[in-house]
Amino acid sequence: MKKKNIAALLMAGAMCLSLFAGCTKSDSQESATPSGTDSNVSSSSTAAQFKIGFIGPLTGDTAIYGTNARNGAQIAVDEINALGGDIQFELNPQDDENKAERSVNAYNTLKDWGMQMLVGTVTTTPALSVAPLAHTDRIFTLTPSASSTDVVDGKDNVYQVCFTDPNQGFRSAQYIDENMDVSKIAIIYKNDDNYSTGIYESFKGEADKRGMEIVYTGTFTTDTQNDFAVQVAAAQSAGADLVYLPIYYTPASVILTQANQVGYKPVFFGVDGMDGILTSEGFDPALAEGVMLLSPFAADATDELTVNFVTEYQKRHGQLPNQFAADGYDAVYILYKALTEAGCTPDMTAEEINNALIGAMPTISVDGLTGQNMTWAENGTVNKDPRAIIIKDGVYTTPES
Amino acid sequence: MKTLKKTTKVNLATYLGVILAFTCVTVAKGTGLLSNSMNSWLVPICCYIVMAISLNLTVGISGELSLGHAGFMSVGAFSGVVTAMSLQQAIPFSPLRLAVSMIVGAALAAVVGLIVGIPVLRLRGDYLAIVTLAFGEIIKQLINCLLVGWDSRGLHFAFNLDGTQTISSLGLEEGGIAIIKGAQGATGTVTLSSFTAGFVLVMLTLFIVLNLIQSRTGRAIMAIRDNRIAAESVGLNITKYKLTAFVTSAALAGAAGALYGLNYSNLSSSIFDFNTSILILVFVVLGGLGNIWGSIVATVVLYILPEALREFRDYRMLLYAIVLILVMLVTNSPQVKAILGHIKGKGAKSHG
Repeated sequence: MKKKNIAALLMAGAMCLSLFAGCTKSDSQESATPSGTDSNVSSSSTAAQFKIGFIGPLTGDTAIYGTNARNGAQIAVDEINALGGDIQFELNPQDDENKAERSVNAYNTLKDWGMQMLVGTVTTTPALSVAPLAHTDRIFTLTPSASSTDVVDGKDNVYQVCFTDPNQGFRSAQYIDENMDVSKIAIIYKNDDNYSTGIYESFKGEADKRGMEIVYTGTFTTDTQNDFAVQVAAAQSAGADLVYLPIYYTPASVILTQANQVGYKPVFFGVDGMDGILTSEGFDPALAEGVMLLSPFAADATDELTVNFVTEYQKRHGQLPNQFAADGYDAVYILYKALTEAGCTPDMTAEEINNALIGAMPTISVDGLTGQNMTWAENGTVNKDPRAIIIKDGVYTTPES
Repeated sequence: MKTLKKTTKVNLATYLGVILAFTCVTVAKGTGLLSNSMNSWLVPICCYIVMAISLNLTVGISGELSLGHAGFMSVGAFSGVVTAMSLQQAIPFSPLRLAVSMIVGAALAAVVGLIVGIPVLRLRGDYLAIVTLAFGEIIKQLINCLLVGWDSRGLHFAFNLDGTQTISSLGLEEGGIAIIKGAQGATGTVTLSSFTAGFVLVMLTLFIVLNLIQSRTGRAIMAIRDNRIAAESVGLNITKYKLTAFVTSAALAGAAGALYGLNYSNLSSSIFDFNTSILILVFVVLGGLGNIWGSIVATVVLYILPEALREFRDYRMLLYAIVLILVMLVTNSPQVKAILGHIKGKGAKSHG
């Protein structure tokens, strides 16, 4: 009897749940449909909208990248729509929690919505599962910040706004060798992460070629990223005066804190994943003083474009945008430029737009927040100059040369 | 039908339910009623159903807590991917290649299950929980160091313990493919999985598990769960029966892993972490320990829930957690039970 009861309860619970899920869905559909038709009606009188899908981690450990990129993209969309030209955008951001499985689900949700172009995914791991799908479905994809070469390799309709990982590693080695006075280098990288290993391999290759001395190489994984006492001590005893950190800012903040505790003060040199360290939770920004990073975007730059963007971003979200926000912003403007160039109209199918954009991408040059005269090779990689940035008085600034 | 035992009826209803669900979904798919997003849920749901049923065998039927079920999934997934990628030329027919990969995944996971199970299942107490917890983490780290490539000479393995080796140290011939690139996991996998394969696997799992439960072995396993001393006194070999349940469960998880691994073009070991093991345990607990069809329903509902909540944007995961807590509270509340009992009593009366 008891078992029967439990079974009945579970069934009822499941039914309630499905009802609940069903309700929310139909409710939102009801509410979405009128507004959707409204916008269709109003837009058909002015101009129809291109549907841009966006996928990134909006919750979870890497949410700061996804939310920043989304906010940046939204600003660009609003600016372009305010121009009132022929090209009007509608942005639909979806969460992927930085997981391939969820990302594929998000991608298919966007396909149901009628996405014509994809800005995404923000991070590399999900991109490796989503980009092949977009390639098969012929949906043009521009990733703001998924930097692995595997993301674009062999896919004619997948383009990047950011540097590839090998490019970052190569450029860092070049910058350190040419502009900095250091002799011994230590590297701490995350060996269960695509992004980090990719940068490490190309950095090491270039450093070896240039005869730079790497005195210590330390690794860690997601499970061991809360304690770096061993790696920091090893780098210190090896006498490294520069520690290269091709990793994300969360573990980097732990390394900086622990190095400070043992009184080890080398130059820390990061890449774009280091961006965001100043707003990292539970981290004293004073410890990041003097940290250098190679990043395409500095929020303190004085050119008009950056100043306008940073002001708008601060007005909306109350904090400084990081490089991912700039990548997202640029991604939308790149699409805008390419669509204009290719003469696309919103009534075209995703495949027609895809084919037109593949033709247009290698011919355009865009001045954006993350670089002047950005151009693209046919394999989807971007060509632009990286900027070295130093953290000074709690803000990202361009180092005096 | 009156001659059938109650358990037989429930089991038949479970089979029929799964077949019915499969038919409905296939028809919906054929007529284009199914959206793209629903389509993409099908294979993972099948994988998680198999995971939940097989974990229910360990936790519900055998009464041993296992916290590393995702570890077996991981073993199955990566061995399945390696098998499928290296047999591309030998077996061009993809459903057969998928089947072979799933069998290899299941076999390897069973071997690993045996290795983990033999020492631990001899002990009394919750040692299995601790050891499987550690096992899940160990597997993750091992795969992080594993480099596997394939060329015309066969498979090449390397173990990147000190972090200095890369895929080039495998010395692949021209035209060789890198299958598992250490921490980056398997990338560029040719996807093979289909909903039909998932359905077949679920049916096979149901068949194996339900028959095992009703067999002499199954009764012995449950007897050991309920009273170990009494079972021992009638001469049951405790370790053998516990091991049977545990290894079967590991093998099925391995097959589910292979299906999962071949559904995405990339796969990294970090997704098979402790959280995934707990997620599957939640499916099992919500569905009811020892209740096989409950596991299926709970898996489907809990998988679809976060996707159905996508409308709520940023509040999605918050709502998911709240709904989960509510469900757990409601299904255990005495008042709700009383109301349901009342309704049931009335229904029974009117029927007869």
